[in-house]
Amino acid sequence: MKIDDRLIEYLADLSRLELGPEEKDARKKDLEDILSYMEKLNELDTQGLPEMTHPFDKANRFREDEILNGDRTEELLSNAPDRKGAYFRVPRTVEE
Amino acid sequence: MNMEIRQYTALEIGGLIREKKISSPEVTRAFLDAAKADFVKASDDETKINAYASLNEETAMAQAEAVQARIDKGEFLSPVAGVPIAIKDNICTTEGTTTASSKILTGFQAPYDAGVIEKLRAAGLVFLGKANMDEFAMGGSTETSYLGITRNPWDLSRVPGGSSGGSAAAVAAEFAPFALGSDTGGSIRQPAAFCNLTGMKPTYGSVSRYGLLAYGSSLDQIGPLAKDAKDAAVLLSIISGKDERDSTSVAEEPFRFCDVLYPEKGDDLSPVPPRRNPLAGKRIGIPSNYFEIPGLSSQEIARVFGGGSTAYLHICKARQKFEELGATVEEFELPLIQYAVPTYLIIACAEASSNLSRYDGVKYGYRSPDAKDIHDIYYKTRSEGFGTEVKRRIILGSFVLSSGYFDAYYKKALQVRGLIREAFDKALSAYDIILAPVCPTVAYEIGGQIKDPLAMYLGDIYTTSVNLTGHPAVAVPCGFGEGGMPEGMQLIGRAWEDGLLLDVAARYQEITDVHKQRAAESTANQATKGGAGR
Repeated sequence: MKIDDRLIEYLADLSRLELGPEEKDARKKDLEDILSYMEKLNELDTQGLPEMTHPFDKANRFREDEILNGDRTEELLSNAPDRKGAYFRVPRTVEE
Repeated sequence: MNMEIRQYTALEIGGLIREKKISSPEVTRAFLDAAKADFVKASDDETKINAYASLNEETAMAQAEAVQARIDKGEFLSPVAGVPIAIKDNICTTEGTTTASSKILTGFQAPYDAGVIEKLRAAGLVFLGKANMDEFAMGGSTETSYLGITRNPWDLSRVPGGSSGGSAAAVAAEFAPFALGSDTGGSIRQPAAFCNLTGMKPTYGSVSRYGLLAYGSSLDQIGPLAKDAKDAAVLLSIISGKDERDSTSVAEEPFRFCDVLYPEKGDDLSPVPPRRNPLAGKRIGIPSNYFEIPGLSSQEIARVFGGGSTAYLHICKARQKFEELGATVEEFELPLIQYAVPTYLIIACAEASSNLSRYDGVKYGYRSPDAKDIHDIYYKTRSEGFGTEVKRRIILGSFVLSSGYFDAYYKKALQVRGLIREAFDKALSAYDIILAPVCPTVAYEIGGQIKDPLAMYLGDIYTTSVNLTGHPAVAVPCGFGEGGMPEGMQLIGRAWEDGLLLDVAARYQEITDVHKQRAAESTANQATKGGAGR
């Protein structure tokens, strides 16, 4: 299928990516190539077949919701690009 | 002993440490020195293998000292206590950094150990450093790493495979006795084949992924890359087993198949040959259509198969060995292979686009210095932090999951996935083992496929199926093809019969010597022919 500017911009937005003009054209072309290859799946009639989301049919494993870890604020925040005290810091998101 | 210790297998080194012939610090030092001599080379040095994303010299030596002290007190931790190991850079370790070879995780220090790392630590293994990889495990050549390409120790002008290319190159170059990798569509088995190693994707659910940076969660498994099947078996026996923190961890008990490697009681731990012949009475099927690929156009075949694979020839030779050992081998048709890669791509990219949404420039890693507002933090950080292949797959994933295309692509792929599993289940009810190639080509030249994503994806044609179905598969060296480069064969088995596959691989390796060929000899030959890498 043909990927137009509107669609690639929409997908970039869903992906939280900015694409420059050249990158946009390159991704359009990749996507067209790959999708045309994926259309091979249409050779198979899958009407009414179950969808296999997981290798095994086992049910989810559940456990008691217990607190097993202690306060690790410092360790976890030590990786933050920006912080203030015990918080992650980001630019203002709501206008005054 | 120090000079040649790097040539030994991990189990051999473990034995020498127990016998006090060498100490863990001495072994660790030997591997670190070799790895470091390469690591410090300039990034444009064409003799640089670049197997490691980072080396953790100080912590490795401290670990080795601590383990040695326990061994000296007579504690038995495992058959490979005191042996060092390389860990793929997408597996969290509290030592050093864990970056998945991506700019977006620059400097990330994991606050906890992955489940497999806890198990290795308890078994007395020593962590040398983090192995280079394709960024977020997306790629088949280790060329998408933000930290530079890794070169194949067998021929420095070629790729080592990927995405666990750093793990494979580290073992092949003897910068580590064995390594952990992860396999989402072939990322352990393909680099193992390209570097003459034994590499395994275990049964889905057998090894905890707690602390593995997720790519395709319904496909990812952690597994071993090793010099032989016994080393792979001992490593898998250590890392397998239940972990409450991974909801897909369904194994109740760790694999005990290294019972064949050493007696049950643990009182005599030297490796012994399997006590029984694992091949007696076994039925092996070779999918003959894997060597033709119906449904692929001649153009597509030429694109991937240009390398002139001799895998079929080697697999026929291996077949004879298996027959000599008492197995019945026949050819059969395993349908749907031409649909494996598109199905895999849709599912893997869909899961990746979701899994990688967590990298937002807020909690850890890179944040764009130009980010002025919250929109910028997400968009600029991700655009600058992710490489091309990662962006390509995220966008593809966003497409197949988006309203209007979901049914035609994602739902369709899940249905075909079910058909592929049925085909494998049927084949594995007739045969105990499926014997197949690992890759359509040997390791190709650096830069050879990276510009043609579709060719790169088609290179996974033989490996992706078992990620979709969950079955275990081990890649085993079986011969040398174009340019003297290694080729691998794949043994695929029923779910939870990982032990049979490794038993068979170990038995095969007892009567053959392909896996004993080392890259060191190969690169030495190249050097005498006038410079490494041609």
